[in-house]
Amino acid sequence: MTEGSAITDELRSMIGMATEPVIMEVERGAIRRYADAIGDPNPLFSDVEYARNSRYGEVICPPGFFGWPLKRGGMMELLGTIGGALFRAGVPRILDGGVDYEFFLPIRAGDILTSHGKFADFREREGRTGKMLFITMETTYLNQNGDLVAKARSTLIAL
Amino acid sequence: MAKKQLYYEDVEVGTEVTPLAKVATTQMLVKWAGGSGDFNPLHFEDSFAASQGVDSPIVHGALKRAWLGHLMTDWIGDGGFLKKLACQYRGMDYPRKMKTITDPQEGETWWCRGTVTKKYVEDDQHIVECDIWVENAKGEKTTPGSATVVLPFKKAKS
Repeated sequence: MTEGSAITDELRSMIGMATEPVIMEVERGAIRRYADAIGDPNPLFSDVEYARNSRYGEVICPPGFFGWPLKRGGMMELLGTIGGALFRAGVPRILDGGVDYEFFLPIRAGDILTSHGKFADFREREGRTGKMLFITMETTYLNQNGDLVAKARSTLIAL
Repeated sequence: MAKKQLYYEDVEVGTEVTPLAKVATTQMLVKWAGGSGDFNPLHFEDSFAASQGVDSPIVHGALKRAWLGHLMTDWIGDGGFLKKLACQYRGMDYPRKMKTITDPQEGETWWCRGTVTKKYVEDDQHIVECDIWVENAKGEKTTPGSATVVLPFKKAKS
């Protein structure tokens, strides 16, 4: 944690860098296509009549779907910015390491979400094949009422 | 599709989450790319995959994460709420190729599984925590994770 390589100093100075807010419309059709891609026939995601009679009153998103455009857009831009530092760190390859979601409210078709992403943290580790950096990106999602609906912490592995 | 609702009282530590079988196919990966917006050619182009050091296009980690979401929302039913879902993409998986327009070739089937690790009441919510994972045909947990859910509670009967 204390080794102050030039790389970690440069990256450390970037912690907190944020994306522009991204506005996402949650459309029924997009939800249906997403659920269909997973192979999930749950009528809460696709059957308007069924969903209307459920406690949600409307089609909802499967966990992890937040409508279009995807957070990926804003995040990839941000990653592009810190990518230079990763490249100079000699770890230009980036792998998706996993994600940690916290859900607070259901997301319904017709909602308009705003996401804010940021470079939250990183740690350095010696792997079997050399240096690895674990990058944590954080995204929060608010709905049209300004309520927090979800938080995501994604781990990217740079090596 | 009236599913039977799962209640807090129905589960104990060690209870198995109802397993869910999945077959990743090249077709499913294409649909996932379109549905999720992840157009990384690592997941659909042989030569690009080779340039990234894998034998052939691999299953998206996020698709396996979505399978785990399916596992949990099926299990908790319409009356449950998924509070947390986390997983790590530890191992690579390779999709089956297609035999016909609709059917995959013979090959691997993946299983999404889980077990209850904890149950408790907090702020009037009946909470259940689970270890969850996707395992491949060899039984390897390529995508381990965890989930926290809120389940409905049968009212005291006395």
